[in-house]
Amino acid sequence: MYIIIVGGGSVGYHLCKALLKEGHEVLVLDKDATKCENFEDELGSVCVRGDGCEVATLAEAGVSRAEVFIAATDEDEDNLVACQIAKHKFGVPRTIARVNDPKDEEIFRKLGVDCPISVTNLILEHIEEKIPTHPLIHLLTMGEEKIEIVEVKILEGSKSVGKSVKELSLPADSILALLIRNGQRPQVPTADTILEVDDRIIALTTAESEEALQEKLASY
Amino acid sequence: MKIVIMGCGRVGAQLASLLDADGHKTTVLDVDAHSFRRLPPSFGGTALVGDGTDEEMLRKAGIGEADAFVAVTQGDNRNVMAAQIAKHVFNVSKVLCRIYDPLRKDVYEALGLEAVSPTTVFAQLLRDKLLTE
Repeated sequence: MYIIIVGGGSVGYHLCKALLKEGHEVLVLDKDATKCENFEDELGSVCVRGDGCEVATLAEAGVSRAEVFIAATDEDEDNLVACQIAKHKFGVPRTIARVNDPKDEEIFRKLGVDCPISVTNLILEHIEEKIPTHPLIHLLTMGEEKIEIVEVKILEGSKSVGKSVKELSLPADSILALLIRNGQRPQVPTADTILEVDDRIIALTTAESEEALQEKLASY
Repeated sequence: MKIVIMGCGRVGAQLASLLDADGHKTTVLDVDAHSFRRLPPSFGGTALVGDGTDEEMLRKAGIGEADAFVAVTQGDNRNVMAAQIAKHVFNVSKVLCRIYDPLRKDVYEALGLEAVSPTTVFAQLLRDKLLTE
């Protein structure tokens, strides 16, 4: 697969190295001559000096035959523009942008970047996952539909313990998809399923209803 | 009209003072307070220190009630990003942005952004001046 990376900083460098190792054809674009030389010395001819937001540079790099385009500079506006030009001018099917300011993640998605990634948000999610007392964990957000897949742990003392799903009157746009109970096979909860302490529930919800869902399932 | 201008360089400051003199409610944003020295003493609008690619800052600048937004910082990409936020997040009816790079300007015009490339405009102006003398 032909993959283009804009930005030869540490993110770009390690991405390039890993993708080359997997056998992909990779080209890095960076404005800085020294960075390009470093690439040349360590990874071979994989880096071209140029501005990844410039149409002419991208045309020369053969962006129109790239399957994945990654913008990994430390400037959000540059990453946004590079991805938009790759997508709209050159028809790259999958654009990925590094998001430096977490608040830009949503904006990038709205403005057509296929996959905006905020390292800060990733670390926050990781912390959520590792702290056992946090009742709601974000597992996945599904692009344009804005559906969130979350995991909720039923902790001791929670109001939902001993209640059936129908008694909880969950928000209309939230669905309990899976119930994971110690020592049992995962099951799909029904309206009559009674919740127990230490149950883990995988649920589909939306950003608007997430708080209400947490309140119904995990408040004390 | 209520107008928000991002970037108080020579163009931004000049535009702000022209609009202000015409009686429009004008707000200028710039990341550097020092830039506001370019505004004339008679300027009656608002000057705000802040980044126009930040939604929160745009809200503070009153973008929600603005009739127009103009992005004229030195950075093409900053202008493009701010203009798209104004257009697609805040639904401002008139959005203009400066893009120095003519090719980049073409791409964004095709995407529905109203953009001006000073490079093209000035080159044409110079050519016309040369040829008419």
